[in-house]
Amino acid sequence: MTERGLLLRVTLLVATASVPLPAPRSLVAQDTTAGKRVYVKWCAGCHGDAGAGDGPAASHMLPRPRDFTGAIYKIRTTASGQLPTDQDVLRSIDEGLPGTAMPAWKERLSERERRDVLAYLKTFSAFFQDTSQHIVPLTFSKEPGGATSVEALRVGRQFYDSIGCWKCHGKAGRGDGPSAPTLKTDPGEPIFAADLHQSWRFRGGASAADIYRRLRTGLDGTPMPSFSDLIDQKFLTDEQLWRVAQYVRSLSPERAPEVRDVIHAPRLLGGLPRSPDDSAWARVERYWFPLVGQVIRKPRWFAPAVAGVWVQAVHTRDSLALRLEWDDRSQSPDTAWLEFERRVLDHLVSDDSVAARAELQPDEIAVEFPRSIPAGMERPYFLMGTATDPVYQWRWTSAPRQAAAGLARGVGRFDALGAGSAPGAEARFADGQWRLVFTRALATADTANELQFEAGRAIPVAFFAWDGSNGEHDTRMAVSAWYFLALDQPTPPRVYLSPVVAMAVTLGLGMLVAVRAQRRAGAGGPEGYIARGLPRRHDA
Amino acid sequence: MRKLGSIAAVAGAVLVVALAAWTRQPAADPQGAATVTGKVKFTGAKPVNPSIDMSEEPKCKAKYTTTPTKEIVVVNPNGTLANVFVYVKAGLPASAKYETPKTGVLIDQDGCHYRPHVLGIMVGQPLEIKNSDGILHNIKAKGVKNRPFNISQPTTMTSTRTFSAPEVMVPLECNVHGWMQAYLGVLPHPFYAVTGADGSFTIKGLPPGTYTIEAWHEKYGTQTATVTVAGTESKTQDFTFAAK
Repeated sequence: MTERGLLLRVTLLVATASVPLPAPRSLVAQDTTAGKRVYVKWCAGCHGDAGAGDGPAASHMLPRPRDFTGAIYKIRTTASGQLPTDQDVLRSIDEGLPGTAMPAWKERLSERERRDVLAYLKTFSAFFQDTSQHIVPLTFSKEPGGATSVEALRVGRQFYDSIGCWKCHGKAGRGDGPSAPTLKTDPGEPIFAADLHQSWRFRGGASAADIYRRLRTGLDGTPMPSFSDLIDQKFLTDEQLWRVAQYVRSLSPERAPEVRDVIHAPRLLGGLPRSPDDSAWARVERYWFPLVGQVIRKPRWFAPAVAGVWVQAVHTRDSLALRLEWDDRSQSPDTAWLEFERRVLDHLVSDDSVAARAELQPDEIAVEFPRSIPAGMERPYFLMGTATDPVYQWRWTSAPRQAAAGLARGVGRFDALGAGSAPGAEARFADGQWRLVFTRALATADTANELQFEAGRAIPVAFFAWDGSNGEHDTRMAVSAWYFLALDQPTPPRVYLSPVVAMAVTLGLGMLVAVRAQRRAGAGGPEGYIARGLPRRHDA
Repeated sequence: MRKLGSIAAVAGAVLVVALAAWTRQPAADPQGAATVTGKVKFTGAKPVNPSIDMSEEPKCKAKYTTTPTKEIVVVNPNGTLANVFVYVKAGLPASAKYETPKTGVLIDQDGCHYRPHVLGIMVGQPLEIKNSDGILHNIKAKGVKNRPFNISQPTTMTSTRTFSAPEVMVPLECNVHGWMQAYLGVLPHPFYAVTGADGSFTIKGLPPGTYTIEAWHEKYGTQTATVTVAGTESKTQDFTFAAK
């Protein structure tokens, strides 16, 4: 093939790829027998042999795996109550459902396997055999421009309020609305209203177009309704519904936060920002650390409520401040969430000897460090150390609102250090979010137990979070891996001075060479000028 | 010529038969004149319905002078039970077809309550879902034989939906107000009733036959009785639910 031909083909390929193709009416050559083989191997563990969403792993999960027998699907392009198109179900198989245990299968199964398994899972429900069911995708309009303009966001916010999104998703969109604690799926499992500040965890995709589709179709089987009737009844226009989607999109970062290994703590010349509201934080880089359920020590926890924590760090000549921000739908303990907590604990199989009881518990967060900065790569066991190799930890609880420092010797054993050792801690709760600043002197007297912070070193750090209203306590928690904290060293003055000196020296030497050359040529004139110029070099 | 004539005669006869069959089809075919009537009695201690905290919804709260409660068990002053769905479960000819009424059945969201709490509807008959409150409700139908749906109504408005399969009962609920629940009986025929303030029910227009009548209550489950009626006969069949 000629280069031009190849180029043409590539261009065509790219062009066709970017045009959304109409959903194929029927997928050719679907093989339910082959589909069953794929299903049994890869899907049945969660979704169950008969597709009822009751595989061996299901009772550890919230949200639960899909029950295919009812043919109720969250992510569709069809009206609420209608069956999904093949393309809709394939999309969930291909991309997975972010924020749940359902992974993307695009890279793991061949296209043929994915189509076969789709054909097989449709056999679990009689609805797919019912020819009176018309599967018609809704007509979606094109996204209106100006998504991020002030006016678009104002209109979006206006309708976010007037169509009642805030009732479940909260005034600031963190899933903390007044109805949030009462929400259940059709089978009665507790379900969180989505935290709209974490679009990368949206089940059906993060784009404004994805959000718009969810508003049109609703998420069947969940409390999220369809808003299509409102357009039909002229309560709002299609464009205004788009603005709601764009507003919701604007609440999250443009891209899913990248997880970086090292938190850089710049050195501040001013005072240490001890308050979470201090304006100094606005100029400090934020780092996102995802948290996952603690599934190593029993009782394990597969349904953590805190998805991650945003961390910022600064230091001064003698002190360190660490700001943690994490979304939490409730300021625990909160009686409004007690029923929710009961439902969570009822729906999750506990491997505790005594079933966990729903009770009013505080929210908690912990930051851990080794007791001393390791010389090599060796670090203590990330899950709160061991009996022989404990870790140095800061723990904060919402009730009573206090912080402590201590040594953790494995999960479940925390030996607080003396009263004077507690780090400073100032916390605020607002609109479904905790913001907390820990502060401590870089150097302390108890060098055996308390980490001595040093600039220019890689200091291991890890995070743990508990949402009391989600039944989280002790081992039922969200954990991170080890990351690093680096206190940036103040830049020594010679860093700025050296280039200037070097340039001056180079210039001077250059001129010396030039003068000598000119002297040899016998020109006396410029000598005086050069002679006057030289002392300037010494000034520098 | 004679052959042509006989063909015409046969064709004509076929046409007449077909026409007759066609004209008869949409009529409410096995409609009769018999009636089954009765009362649903309640024995035992009257349970207390949980009260509802409507402080989040001042507009709804303002519609009540006393603290509103759920309507799980509504015992009438005469000792009968309201909100019992009574219907013909079996006994109608398998081939019987009943015309779908064009007029809809109304369910209203009023004072953050569904009114009525229990209702019946025919397959294909429009359910008119009204929001009189003018605050955000969503209405979710959680059918198993019918496709479930969930629509948002943030303002005073009416949405219409239909149901395609017989199902006793389809639960309806609002997720904004977790206490709001209603039950909808979907049937392929018009022989159903819901007990009201006097606990009585009447099912009219039954053709002669032997029927299984079922009484459904959201807390106390179902009871059935077999009733045989002839011609214009009216039979009484009472049911009794006991406190649990």
